[in-house]
Parts: sequence; structure tokens; C-alpha cells
Amino acid sequence: MTRILTRASLVLLAVLIGIYLLLPILVVVPMSLNNSSFLSFPPKDVSLRWYHNLIDDPTWLQSALSSLEVAALSALLAVVLGTLAALALVRGKLPFRGGITAVLLAPLIVPYVIVGLSAYIMFLRLGLTQTTLGFVLVHTSLAVPYVLINVSSGLVAVDRRLEMAAMNLGASPVQAFFRITLPMILPSVLAGALFAFIISWDEVVVAIFLAGPDLTTLPVKMWSGIRVQIDPTVAAVSSLALVVILLTFGLVGLTRLLQRIISRRATAALTKTGA
Amino acid sequence: MPDTSRNDHSLAGAPIRIEEVRKVYGDNVVLDDVSLDIEAGEFLTLLGASGSGKSTLLNIIAGFIRSDGGRVQVDDRDLTSVPPHKRGLGMVFQHYALFPHMSVAENVGFALKRQKVRKEDVRRRVGEALEMVEMGDLGARRPADLSGGQQQRVALARAIVFRPRVLLMDEPLGALDKMLREQLQLELRRLHREMGITFVFVTHDQDEAITMSDRIALLREGQIVQVGSPSQLYDEPSCRYAAEFIGVSNLFSGSVQGGAFVDTVNARQYRLPDRFDAAGGLLMVRPERLGVTALGAAAPPTSCDVVEGTVIDCVYLGSDRSVHVRTDGGDELVSRTPVPRAPDGIATGARVNAFWEVRDARIFA
Repeated sequence: MTRILTRASLVLLAVLIGIYLLLPILVVVPMSLNNSSFLSFPPKDVSLRWYHNLIDDPTWLQSALSSLEVAALSALLAVVLGTLAALALVRGKLPFRGGITAVLLAPLIVPYVIVGLSAYIMFLRLGLTQTTLGFVLVHTSLAVPYVLINVSSGLVAVDRRLEMAAMNLGASPVQAFFRITLPMILPSVLAGALFAFIISWDEVVVAIFLAGPDLTTLPVKMWSGIRVQIDPTVAAVSSLALVVILLTFGLVGLTRLLQRIISRRATAALTKTGA
Repeated sequence: MPDTSRNDHSLAGAPIRIEEVRKVYGDNVVLDDVSLDIEAGEFLTLLGASGSGKSTLLNIIAGFIRSDGGRVQVDDRDLTSVPPHKRGLGMVFQHYALFPHMSVAENVGFALKRQKVRKEDVRRRVGEALEMVEMGDLGARRPADLSGGQQQRVALARAIVFRPRVLLMDEPLGALDKMLREQLQLELRRLHREMGITFVFVTHDQDEAITMSDRIALLREGQIVQVGSPSQLYDEPSCRYAAEFIGVSNLFSGSVQGGAFVDTVNARQYRLPDRFDAAGGLLMVRPERLGVTALGAAAPPTSCDVVEGTVIDCVYLGSDRSVHVRTDGGDELVSRTPVPRAPDGIATGARVNAFWEVRDARIFA
């Protein structure tokens, strides 16, 4: 009896925590469907007015596309660099391993304001403010630690003997990485990519320093949208941004599913007419 | 033992020459200028306790560890600076090391795919290799769905599918239970006979080494203590370490003086066998060469040497009976006799003569 009670109260607690975590995010969706000229909750009349507003103003779409581009490129670059760093730190015999790790993880500790300010000062001289390259460079450095942590933990779990076995069977070290190690750490790599994408997608502090009339990302556009006047279009944008993040998660899941199907096909092909 | 039935395979196996191979980690000398010639088609076991350097030596042959000196030649080709993926040696790893994200068939076919063998041929040869280890119908499974013994067979199939001329094995049976281990020992021997390639097998298990090998190289602290056939190592150990590592031995300490071995502990003299180490300080008799007879019963034959003692334990072992004797000088001896021939009337506390044929004694340092 007490066991059932404990269980029930634990389930209740979990549900309450879930609601607590999701509510602030989900509240924005009904707000975006409001007909009023102010952000308000609960909505009085349902309308798509602010979504129309969003479509009519091309700067929103422009900044969204810029954000998407920056986030995708940053994720790609961060995954390559972070995975290489993880390989070196886990598999290599490096001196000062602790020091190198600390430097690579530093972006997690340094406040974004400081990163933004120093990047701004540097990039002004180099002419990289308001450029995709500038955004990608900074966002990549912010995202590498997440890839590094994810991939390192995945790599530690891969038995070194598997790579040795692959080499013994004629695979060069590079082939061994792509045939054996990479497929085994792929979930960690994808998780790292996901983090990297999201870090860039909703990063606002550094972006405020780097953005300008030539190039603005979605978070910066939203920030100015509520700072100057409270524009309910922001709620519509937030709802759509939420959809993008959910799609990203879905994409990762889909990739894993595809991977499983492909390898099952390959197996079937190998054994179909085997002796 | 030279085995003539293997001559027709002499092309299949490659000889291995290990010359003064050295490996040092910091101050720790793991391999101390080890030299060893392994014949083509031979089943050679590297036997030793943990830390003896046996696995290091195997990994140096495979190319995963770089030696600090010396050379490794396979089939007259110097492999010392050849990377592992270009050595073409088969290897079975401890704990199998099967690729978990691939099916059994993909695992076995891995090496053939690297060699760009045609798809139909890959399929056929994978099937043949799996057939050879009696796993023919399990190609579609994942390694995780197999038992330990089955995984070991797959690892074996994967290592032989590309027809290497040398197969290296690093304690491949270590993780299996006793029954399965014995069964796989016999299968490995069969595979060795059928394929005729050179097997280099690493183990710390002396029984495994004796059962399977043509020759055994016993290692200790980075040096080879003795190399020889299992019966040579058992019957003619070169030193106390070899005698005690392989089998059980009864040892008397003393010295060779004027045509006899003087046992200082029991204050007795024993006759010398035909061959002996004149500087030897130990006389050894294996338990099955040691007889026990009650004091006052029929005396041992005159061709035997004798030491008196008291029975401290009699143990029934199913096939054998062992009698533990403490000599009057304090040495503890074990005699082991098949049950049908075990002497009667010997119980704990009985006074007995322990005896052995002079020719069965071994004297070494």
C-alpha cells in the first residue's frame, strides 16, 4: 500500500516538474494566436494576425534564414573540431592533457558578455562584424565544448581493441575510424551536433555585439522587437522557432532510425545466398 | 614433436623469427632481448604469469606495440616497421573484440571487403569460414545476441577468413567456462591441423598450453625461461620456476657431491640419474613418479631411492588418489597414483617410505 502511495506521489512530482519546465515555453503558443495589439494571456480572440504580420515583414524571414545558416554551419564546424579534439584527448598520448581540456572547455565558463565584447573589438578591426563568417567563428567556439564532452564520453566507451581488430583485418587507421569508431560514437556525435545547433540558434548575447543592419540573427531581431515596443509578432516567431528546435530533435531521431534500417539491409544482403 | 602429416601444408604456414626484441616502460623492462624461432605451421604457446611479457610480445608481432629494439620477421620479411594493417596476420583478441554494430556475417567479411574481394566471393568465403567454426546458420545475428562461446567462434572465423599464414591468439579462451574451454581447445587443434598455418597462442593456463601446443615458450619477467615440447617442459624442466609453473613437483634441496645428490634437509644421499646439472641444488620427482609404501611392508625395488616420512593426508580425486607425506626433515611430498593401483593400508599418520626410480629424478639449479 505504501509502495503504491510512494509511486503515485513520485509520478505526480514528475508531472508537476514537467509542467513547470514546459509551461513558460508553451504559453507563448496561445499568446501568438491572440488578436490583441499587446502580448496577453489568455487570448481573447483567436486570429492569425501576427503570423500574417510576420510574413508581410521580410526582415523576419531574412533574420531567420541567417540564423539557420549560422547555426547549421556552426554545428558542422563544431562537430568536426570537437570530434577531432575528443579523439586527440581520449586516444592520443598528449602532454598537458588537463591544460588542453581546460582551454577547450573555457567558453563554458567565460561569461558570454565578455566573449561578445572581445569578439566585437577583434572583429571590428578584421571587418568580420555583421558577417556570417564572424557569427560562425564565435558560435563554433561556444559550441565546441558541448561536442567535446559528448563525443569524449562516447569514445571512452569504445573498446580500443575494436580499432586494433579492424587494423589487424587490413583497415588503415583512417578506415578504422570511419568503419568502426565513428558508427559507434555516432549517437554522441549527433547529440553534440544538436547541442551545437541549439546553442547557436538561440544565442543572443554575443549576437547583439556582432549584429547590425547588414546581418541580424533571429534572437537579436526578437530582442529588439520586445525592447523597443512590445510586438506580439515575437510570440509568433517564438512559436515557429520552437517548431524548428522540435524538427531538429526529430531529424536526429530519424537519422538513427535510418542508420539501423540501412545496416539491417546490408546484413540481409550478405546472408541471403550465403552457404 | 615433428608431425609428418603437416608437411603437405608447409606452404600454408609462415615461420616467425623474433630477434632480441626489447620493450621498456620507464624503468620496467617488459621484454629483455627475447629471441625465438617459430617454425612454419607450428602451434607455439607463449606461457607465463601476468606481467611475464607474453601479451606484449604477441602485440609486438601483430604490430600494435612498437619494440624498443630487435626485429620481427615473418617468412623472411622484416615487419619491424610495417604498420599492423599491412602485416596480414590473423588475430583473435581477448574478449573477442567483435564489431557490435555489424552482424556476424559483416564482422567475418570485414577483411575481405578491405581487400576489395568481389561480393559473391565475400559471401561464399564468409559462409565457408562460418561453416568451419560450426556457425553456418548464424550469419544474420548480432554479436550481442550470441553466447561467449559463439562469439569466440565468430572471432576465429573473422581471423581466418582472409587465409592468413599466421594466427595470433591473445588468451582467447580466458573468459569461457571450463567445459566450453576444453571443447574449444580441441576445436582449435583441429583447425590448426586442417589449415596448417602457424598458430601463436598466449595463455597463463599451463593445462591449456600442455594440451594444445607443439611447443611451449615459458616466459618470466620478460625473458624466455625454457622452450620445448609440452613433454620436454614437464619431464625436463630447466629450473625450479619451470618445474613449479608446469605441474606439481616434489623438490629436495642439497647439492651434487662425489657421484651422489646429498639431501641436506633429510640428511640422505640419492643416486644420480644419467643426465644431471653438476651445479644443481635441487632434485625433483613428479608426483606420479613417486611411490609410497608402508614401513615394514614389501621394500621398494633396489633401483629406487627412498626417504622416510609420515602421511599427513590422503585425498581421493576420482581417477587418482594422492598421498601427502611429510618427511622427517620437514619436506612435504605428494604422490599421485591411479585409483586401481593405489596402495592399501595407507592412512593419515602412517609411517611410510616414499620412493622413486633413480632414472625419474631430475637435478637442476
